Amino acid sequence: MNWTAISAIYRFEMARFFRTLLQSFLSPVLSTSLYFVVFGAAIGSRITEVEGVSYGAFIVPGLVMLSVMTQSISNAAFGIYFPKFVGTVYELLSAPITFIEIVIGYVGAAATKALFIGTVILITSSFFVDLEIVHPLAMVAFLLLTCLSFALFGFIIGIWARSFEQLQLIPLLIVTPLVFLGGSFYSVSMLPPAWQTVTLFNPVLYLISGFRWAFFGMSDVPVGMSLLAITFFTSLCIGAIWWIFRTGWRLRE
Amino acid sequence: MTPILSIQDLRKSYAGGFEALKGVSLDIHEGEILALLGPNGAGKTTLISTICGITTMTSGQVSVGGHDIVHDFRAARSMIGLVPQEVNLEPFEKVWNTVRFSRGLFGKPRNDALIEQILRKLSLWDKKDSTIKELSGGMKRRVLIAKALSHEPRVLFLDEPTAGVDVELRKDMWDIVAELKADGVTIILTTHYIEEAEAIADRVGVINHGELLLVEEKSALIARMGQKQIEVQFGEPLGAVPASLARHGLELGQDGQSLIYTYDTQAERTGITTLLNDVAQAGLVLRDVQTRQSSLEDIFVGLVSDRKPANRPGEMQ
Ligand SMILES: Nc1ncnc2c1ncn2[C@@H]1O[C@H](COP(=O)(O)OP(=O)(O)OP(=O)(O)O)[C@@H](O)[C@H]1O
Ligand SMILES: [Mg+2]
Repeated sequence: MNWTAISAIYRFEMARFFRTLLQSFLSPVLSTSLYFVVFGAAIGSRITEVEGVSYGAFIVPGLVMLSVMTQSISNAAFGIYFPKFVGTVYELLSAPITFIEIVIGYVGAAATKALFIGTVILITSSFFVDLEIVHPLAMVAFLLLTCLSFALFGFIIGIWARSFEQLQLIPLLIVTPLVFLGGSFYSVSMLPPAWQTVTLFNPVLYLISGFRWAFFGMSDVPVGMSLLAITFFTSLCIGAIWWIFRTGWRLRE
Repeated sequence: MTPILSIQDLRKSYAGGFEALKGVSLDIHEGEILALLGPNGAGKTTLISTICGITTMTSGQVSVGGHDIVHDFRAARSMIGLVPQEVNLEPFEKVWNTVRFSRGLFGKPRNDALIEQILRKLSLWDKKDSTIKELSGGMKRRVLIAKALSHEPRVLFLDEPTAGVDVELRKDMWDIVAELKADGVTIILTTHYIEEAEAIADRVGVINHGELLLVEEKSALIARMGQKQIEVQFGEPLGAVPASLARHGLELGQDGQSLIYTYDTQAERTGITTLLNDVAQAGLVLRDVQTRQSSLEDIFVGLVSDRKPANRPGEMQ
């Protein structure tokens, strides 16, 4: 393993993040506060409790997940797309490094940024609601796994994209709807039975449900299923990336 | 001596089926400077990209320092530095950071003193904290060179390093190349400026339509393929080529006091003796005789415009 190269990529990517630290920090704080004002105050005054948890607290895991997923994807996608766009990818391709090292560098940096933002949201939330975390270790593990697997997914999008429009396309058209419909802001049990079945096909549901279980000890689907889902998703992404580097798809063509 | 870079029957077809390299074979020895000449679209960049790992080869074998570039790519690539043809740099990065990044990416431990030395040599030291977008085009090109040198390559590819660069910087570039050569670095550069190849290369390769048309020592090339001219100057104006000398196909010099005779150095009979005999017969008084060798440019144009040169060494197909 060429750790010097990995750390060079990682630090280069993190430097980009630190250059816009204030913006990276303020925007999740602001958007979280807005969510609490809109969902917590407006809806929360009607729905006071969901399965024994105050509505304000109930949406925290969903909020964190929403940001962590979109941030992981966009950071990783941009991280590898930008070198392709400006042409500096030549250096990555001609360096004495393996694809695993490239992925660890870029995905690691993207996951770190998402983790940072997730943490900021969690802390901001604690100013609005009382948060008790039943399984703190599991919470951290779910958070880490989600950052990682969605950063992997974003990395694939970044390699696939041929324009900035395409870069936005999948997060906008697929991921955001899936996250919103995956029970971020409601419990699946609140839906009509037919929709409950449909929702079960949404992979994001399993992640949010598992994450929420770590907070409150209750979930829409068994926590084992959540673990299985995220493991499956991560392996799928790793497999796809392995294939991309094997064939040089959209990189060495 | 085993070559530091060995290319065997390298072929590259792009996705559309276009064959950009049609079986290139070439050995390059340690410490030499090879200039690759060829018109636009000849395959120069493709050749470099394939060796450096930016595109995959279709078939063939390449090794650098004895390391196969596919199976032993880590060892092979860590010896290579590449200065690409396009100015590919992240606009918002600082010069210092982007150069340091390159060194790290190639797995070399941090060495700020070395990077400082490189930046100073390239007159970039006072720009080290500027972002790339604040630099002029020539400075950006130097940043690309600094990045390539930052990881101390043994083989350096320079893809048109002096395109769009002013005369002074071009001379600087040549000096840098000479210094690198003195350090034992092997340099392969592509260029459209024939005088550049003439000035700095040890060997010259000509590539066109994905085929290496020839590779030869620069001096041998000029000697082998060059045409020579003899200019015979006389003490008095001639007005026209004397009729008695007509069979030699002479041209009248611009001053009207000389005759120019062009001959092929390779021809069995150069015809010089008979010419000089005839001149003496005509009763003309010689004042001076000069010879001129045709430049690499003439050779290059001759090769490239001729799609299938007749006298190509070791015909490869
Ligand atoms: N990515 C690509 N896909 C398809 N064809 C390509 C690609 N890159 C280059 N080519 C083609 O391969 C041929 C060789 O291109 P190359 O860039 O190697 O030429 P070159 O000798 O470097 O030319 P120049 O002097 O203009 O830089 C050209 O016909 C070009 O159109
Ligand atoms: Mg080129």
